[in-house]
Amino acid sequence: MENENKPMKLAYYPGCTLKNQATNFDVSTVSSMAKLDVEVEELDRWNCCGTVHALNSDNVMNRVAPITNMIRVKEAQARTEGMASEFMTSCAMCYNTLKRANIDVKKRADALETINDFLSLETTKYEGDVDVLHLLEYLRDRVGFDKLAERVTKPLKGLRVACYYGCLLVRPKEVAFDDVENPMIMENLVRALGATPVDFSHKTECCGAYQTVDKPDVIAERTDKIMGSAHEEQADLVVVSCPLCAFNLDFRQDDAKRLNPDFHNMPVLYFTQLMALAFGCDESALRFDLQHIDPLPVLAARGLG
Amino acid sequence: METTLRITSARAGSDFVSRIEKISGQKLLACYQCGKCSAGCPMAAHMDVLPNQIIRMAQLGMKEQLLAARSIWMCVSCLTCNSRCPKDIKIAEVIEALRKAALGGGERNDHLHIMELPSEARSVLPPIATISAMRKLTS
Repeated sequence: MENENKPMKLAYYPGCTLKNQATNFDVSTVSSMAKLDVEVEELDRWNCCGTVHALNSDNVMNRVAPITNMIRVKEAQARTEGMASEFMTSCAMCYNTLKRANIDVKKRADALETINDFLSLETTKYEGDVDVLHLLEYLRDRVGFDKLAERVTKPLKGLRVACYYGCLLVRPKEVAFDDVENPMIMENLVRALGATPVDFSHKTECCGAYQTVDKPDVIAERTDKIMGSAHEEQADLVVVSCPLCAFNLDFRQDDAKRLNPDFHNMPVLYFTQLMALAFGCDESALRFDLQHIDPLPVLAARGLG
Repeated sequence: METTLRITSARAGSDFVSRIEKISGQKLLACYQCGKCSAGCPMAAHMDVLPNQIIRMAQLGMKEQLLAARSIWMCVSCLTCNSRCPKDIKIAEVIEALRKAALGGGERNDHLHIMELPSEARSVLPPIATISAMRKLTS
């Protein structure tokens, strides 16, 4: 918050799932940013991030979708005063795919040229001049957790939060904005909100990702282990930054319970919902009605209902 | 899995081995079998062939066994193996190359048949799940 009077403008890439099942992630992102005097502007005509980063060596074709979004950022920046040549996404998967494609083309001039040739109908050319930021990174580096703490109107006192990173925020190390094996950025955010972060063993262990489509039994095992490790540390809830992790850890808890009768149900929230809660936003910005496991009982038990 | 294999230089230097190295961009012979990839793999419990075994079998050109392995479909590219490999081998890239080899070959050869799932199972899935699964598991 360099200028207290003038809101900062920030280009925002929501991604497909934030416009479908994860509306709670979308509205809590936009509302909490408004409380921080950051005006997020959703990109015009954004398209699929590419979803998964293609790992084969001949992969230029797979970079076309993510790079088209960089052009949309340049267009938004050209018509918006006070907007930097960067954009933010809160979805971990979009972040990972967009960031990796961007790193790739910044390193490979020939690949960038091929992509620009393919996108020759675009009036703007991409020259590797846009930066991809994850919201957590933006909050730490552009806003600052100290400043963020000043905007807390409802400190989450006594709330024990397990911060789950999964894969996409920390691997590969080229995209990680914190330690690969023991990231702490979300814990620092949670502390700024007045809550108590808890250390747990499975914070960077994969949730099983898209195996959820046809192998929910595999996800049940993952969810049992990950949520179980958070429960062992007496966490009240788990926060995440990925709608796929959220689906697996929250909606697949019924399968985990079938696999392990001792499984303990626990709410899973997006970190942005926790922020919006601490900033005093109402249900329209929280959308707790979209959670599978209702967070209200644990919040009420901590006097935060 | 019981396998008898006659190791010959022809097998280890086969087209299959060079194709996997080319698609993945990895040097398979760099692996010295420390096993860190398998130790950290969150999917190991669901695999028939462990990640370090996949690399060894790829070095040896064991095409049929690798393309028939359940493991190549269980890996979700979480990249824990890559980030912990002391030899900087990208194991996930090698497994991706094996999936490409199994899915490619001119004819459609999907591993996932999403329309065969019950519609109630499909309807709850977020797009991030279905799109990533189809990107990884279909031709």
